[in-house]
Amino acid sequence: MKEEKSNKPERSELSAKRGIDRRELLKSLATLPFAGALIYGAFRKKQLEHYKHNKLLKTLSLDSSEQAPVYISERKADESVLGIGVIGTGLRGLDLMRAAGFIHPSVIDGWIEDKRENKQDNRLEIFLEQEDLKLSINGVCDVFTVHERKAIEASANLYRTGNNGKMSKPAKVYKNYRDLLEAEDIDAVIIATPDHWHAQMVIDAANAGKHIYIEKPLSLTVEETFAIEKAVRENNVIFQLGHQNRQIESHRKAKEVIRKNILGKITLIETFTNRNSPDGAWVYDIHPDANPNTIDWQKFLGSAPYHPFSAERFFRWRCWWDYSTGLTGDLFTHEYDAINQVMNLGIPGSATASGGIYFYKDGRTVPDVMHVSFEFPWLDLNLLYSATLSNSKNRKKSFYGHDAFMELDQDLIIYADRESTKYKEAIEDGIIPTEKPMITHIPGRSDIDAITSATEQYFAGRGLLYTYRGGRQVDTTHLHLKEWINAIRYGSKVSCGIKEGVEEAITAHMGTTAYRKNKKVFWDADKKQIVAD
Amino acid sequence: MNSQLEYTRPRLILLVALRVAIGWHFMYEGIAKIFQANWSAYAYLMDSEGILSDFFHNIASNPEVLNIIDLINMYGLVLIGFLMITGLFSRYAKIAAMLLLLFYYLAHPPLITAEYLFPGEGSYLWVNKNLIEMLAVAVLFVFPTGHIIGVDRLIQKYTKDERRKKQ
Repeated sequence: MKEEKSNKPERSELSAKRGIDRRELLKSLATLPFAGALIYGAFRKKQLEHYKHNKLLKTLSLDSSEQAPVYISERKADESVLGIGVIGTGLRGLDLMRAAGFIHPSVIDGWIEDKRENKQDNRLEIFLEQEDLKLSINGVCDVFTVHERKAIEASANLYRTGNNGKMSKPAKVYKNYRDLLEAEDIDAVIIATPDHWHAQMVIDAANAGKHIYIEKPLSLTVEETFAIEKAVRENNVIFQLGHQNRQIESHRKAKEVIRKNILGKITLIETFTNRNSPDGAWVYDIHPDANPNTIDWQKFLGSAPYHPFSAERFFRWRCWWDYSTGLTGDLFTHEYDAINQVMNLGIPGSATASGGIYFYKDGRTVPDVMHVSFEFPWLDLNLLYSATLSNSKNRKKSFYGHDAFMELDQDLIIYADRESTKYKEAIEDGIIPTEKPMITHIPGRSDIDAITSATEQYFAGRGLLYTYRGGRQVDTTHLHLKEWINAIRYGSKVSCGIKEGVEEAITAHMGTTAYRKNKKVFWDADKKQIVAD
Repeated sequence: MNSQLEYTRPRLILLVALRVAIGWHFMYEGIAKIFQANWSAYAYLMDSEGILSDFFHNIASNPEVLNIIDLINMYGLVLIGFLMITGLFSRYAKIAAMLLLLFYYLAHPPLITAEYLFPGEGSYLWVNKNLIEMLAVAVLFVFPTGHIIGVDRLIQKYTKDERRKKQ
């Protein structure tokens, strides 16, 4: 550098005298035009992308995006605390209590401990930020003393602390749920008992004038389903079925996609269950304290066929038809309800099913592999359910339309079909891509939009959009309960009421009946009966 | 400087061309990120592997720090790129460029065991384009051209003239 300068002393002196000459200026600014060219090019590229993007949105009629429904959430000043009773406080019952704001203190202690080891663990913060629904758990009921005790301890944790924290008044324990239903300080009940108890409990709760939130599936049989419907309608109570997936944002967006006919005529929808663990196959741990003294076996059995005491059946009741609806009722209902939410399918015309107990040969009666095929002739639509409990590949709800294909989960991804009639021109013009997603909805964003970045396309293509955005998991069960509480308080709507519940239950029962009878079954809407071929 | 390494015309042209090309690459990477709605380095950092992966994961999980990293990767890249193209403060621009490239390399080192989710073009083992680009900037650092073809020339003249006037 120094040599460079010392080599040309005369010129420097010259320029010092004359100021900066043109040659100097040219050498100094010679590369500046490149920066200008880059900026020009970048804007042109942006302009072209913008043009294509707008044209795509216009082609898809997405240029005026609809707002998500807004639920009434303005509170009245004199709002009183709602008294809640919880019937069935096992795994799911405690989950529901947590979603209502009442968590077992040892869970908080566990989270604090975990946070020490992993700073990125934010479960505690998320729970503490969960809205206070102004509830009081005034009564709990379970047939197992350990469940009962846990529920009492959770019910007293109004202040959301660990075991050493301040506690509020605990809930009263009821040995018989009918006594709980008569309690005056209970306005509404959350029911999370095995399926064979659902109908009786809902009917009794409705007759007692209590509002009801019940876990899916609605019922064990067709007859029960309509008895529940009658009781709920006659008593005019607020009823919500526990399909918390109704609160997933992408499901609401999918509804908009269907309404705008972006997929074209849909003739096939596939839904799936893939699990591959003992827990996933309902082989839950048997509590060491479980015995005939701690479990009221007769109460557990209820109207189910007699069987001598069995801790295995008590904890793993989903494995037997006596208490459960198997894959169709327990897991397919989630899938069906999502599709029903998006497309308003209603009850199918017919169903065929096959499957078997192929992996978990543990004495269970419900299948662990299953296919059910439902026909909706008036919609020209087939709905397929395919399930296995011995492989965990994540298969997403798939909607096959003539013009596009949609994959739905926490996120939503749409690919145009290369043989589409509607998009033929736009595909030829390069406005609509066929090899990569045409549209995506990323959780946490308000819009459904065409993907713009290569990174997003990459993550979307691998079903990792949710991970990519690093979005915060919202507890959908909390939102679903909140919707029910709001309906009780303010008269707003629930998204999974008795109509949706009946549709869910009958559809599941059609699948179960087809499987158990090994026959094609039809729905006779007039007689309200499932009839076999 | 050794006379063998004199800035002959072809050498000078190629060195300036390399400087402009790398500057261009930086500047457009920045502009593309600015243009992209909701761009964030989050995914890239979370996808990190190698001995420093914990460090990069921690950056990603801290919203305030992530925000700064995002801004550096948008506006920082544009600024560095502009400075390198125009040859203004090119010494500092090159130091910043090397630092960023070093971080990109360390965040996603092409190790034998590393498997990245992030889309990558080409096949690499230990050496990748980030490392090569960093070495290219290092070459430019030891063979500066901003004071010959670049705004630094103007600055150098100005400061020299000022010094002379004072004397």
